[in-house]
Amino acid sequence: MTDLTRLTAVETREAITSGQASAVEVAQAHLDRIAAVDDRVHAFLHVDADGALAQAKRVDAGEITGPLAGVPLALKDVMTMEGIPTTCGSRILEGWRPPYDATVTARLKAAGVVILGKTNMDEFAMGSSTEHSAYGPTRNPWDLDRIPGGSGGGSSAALASYQAPLAIGTDTGGSIRQPASVTGTVGVKPTYGGVSRYGLVAFSSSLDQAGPCARTVLDAALLHEVIAGHDPRDSTSIDAPVPPVVDAARLRDVTGLRIGVVKELQGDGYEAGVTARFEEAVETLRGLGATVSEVSCPHFDYALPAYYLIAPSEASSNLARFDAVRYGLRVGDDGVASLEEVMAKTRAVGFGAEVKRRIILGTYALSSGYYDAYYGQAQKVRTLITRDFQAAWSQVDVLVAPTCPTVAFPLGAKLEDPLAMYKQDICSIPANLYGGPAASFPAGLSDGLPVGLQVMAPTLREDLLYQVGGALEAALPAQAPTLSWES
Amino acid sequence: MPEADAPKIGREEVAHLARLARLALDDSELDLLAGQLDVILRAVAQISEVTDAADVPPTSHAVPLENVTRPDVVVPSLPRDQVLAGAPAAENGRFRVPQILTDEA
Repeated sequence: MTDLTRLTAVETREAITSGQASAVEVAQAHLDRIAAVDDRVHAFLHVDADGALAQAKRVDAGEITGPLAGVPLALKDVMTMEGIPTTCGSRILEGWRPPYDATVTARLKAAGVVILGKTNMDEFAMGSSTEHSAYGPTRNPWDLDRIPGGSGGGSSAALASYQAPLAIGTDTGGSIRQPASVTGTVGVKPTYGGVSRYGLVAFSSSLDQAGPCARTVLDAALLHEVIAGHDPRDSTSIDAPVPPVVDAARLRDVTGLRIGVVKELQGDGYEAGVTARFEEAVETLRGLGATVSEVSCPHFDYALPAYYLIAPSEASSNLARFDAVRYGLRVGDDGVASLEEVMAKTRAVGFGAEVKRRIILGTYALSSGYYDAYYGQAQKVRTLITRDFQAAWSQVDVLVAPTCPTVAFPLGAKLEDPLAMYKQDICSIPANLYGGPAASFPAGLSDGLPVGLQVMAPTLREDLLYQVGGALEAALPAQAPTLSWES
Repeated sequence: MPEADAPKIGREEVAHLARLARLALDDSELDLLAGQLDVILRAVAQISEVTDAADVPPTSHAVPLENVTRPDVVVPSLPRDQVLAGAPAAENGRFRVPQILTDEA
């Protein structure tokens, strides 16, 4: 019998509807796979075997149908799921079981998706390597000594090691796309407001956006359709139809599409292998009938510094809710210590180094006397970057760039140098500040490690991302990790 | 912006910020953070190159939205016991907090 863990989501659903396999068998195969390999990969923080099998039984009983009914999924641990531990990779939420489902979680359940468990992440989604998880790093299935990207490294590693065909990520500055790039998987950041943030534990509220992760473009599109759409519980949710992403993924044609290569996202600092694969992928798209030109976005150079003012500022405010009163950890409550002392002790013990760094940075940037010089100026950069995108759309349909300047780097390589870690996000941040959709698609290997092509599109034109991704996927040779560590 | 060559942030200021942010940092953390934040702030200060000169309006949100309201109708909230179940301490149907008022107050 075929190995059920190697199937795409589409193939999995076909296997279930044709009677080749039951949803319970599919779920069990993935639970067995997790048990066999996750001690080495560490993609999951919590596995919900009982819940997964119960959901699979409902699918087998015909209670839920639909294109993803019975397909397993790995859920990033930043998304609430009723009764299931949700830690955001932090000690401060250890043991907390949310009393409600995030809208994304509820929509997955209603679609019959089988949620296997919660995946590892940099604490509160702050990081690019998953090394900032309080529960230990996740490893890249292509090379266990390398990072799987971050913050959603658990989700990307689960896909690349065949522990799940689908995953949910969240992307504030690249946390879906950079992990996809370095694990050779597909990751899509929808338009800001395209997917509800209700139940997504907030990091930077004006930037956070959940999205689909998968091994194929069509699988990602099917997942996108399930989770996207207006939600009255999120006041920033866009009340507009979901773009036709599934049709676009099936099109596999870019004839006449105008592609702009971002001038500022190449050159010094980009690994030669990344540049080579990127340029070949662009040539492939040109060969498929797209027109290619270079487009200058002069303010993209300022996206990274603006982001590292805006995101920590919003984080310092959002993370104030972890006050040792309403959920999670409480340290030092000896009957004598004051509320303030208990709060300060709890937060010192409960938060890791990167979260503390960003809280202090954000507190600084928002403090009187500095607000105008830092946060206020960063918001102006946001306007300038948006103008760059709008100017680009008068010339081209989509913009492309490498997703990340490097392939997966060795664990520990950037842990002591925060600024070097932040530079992993240099290509992905502009789309977050602008708010439009962006995706990373596999673009081949450099010395055996995956390289990602990033596509950026106008607001609510996710279909263009899937159109490019689908065409590229069909044209490039299939790539898969050897998983030599398994033998 | 402060002078370009002077340190942008020192240990005392980090300690002050940590108090504001309710983070009980120890001495080694303060030393480490002061150095790292100085490096980070020097790097991010480059945004003034483009924003100082130009009269650019700020953008606070990617997608402009009008005020979003829902109908003024009472709907059920989460049951109180479920909300309190995740709290570190609860008493008489409420969150229990450490002492807020001291003897002097």
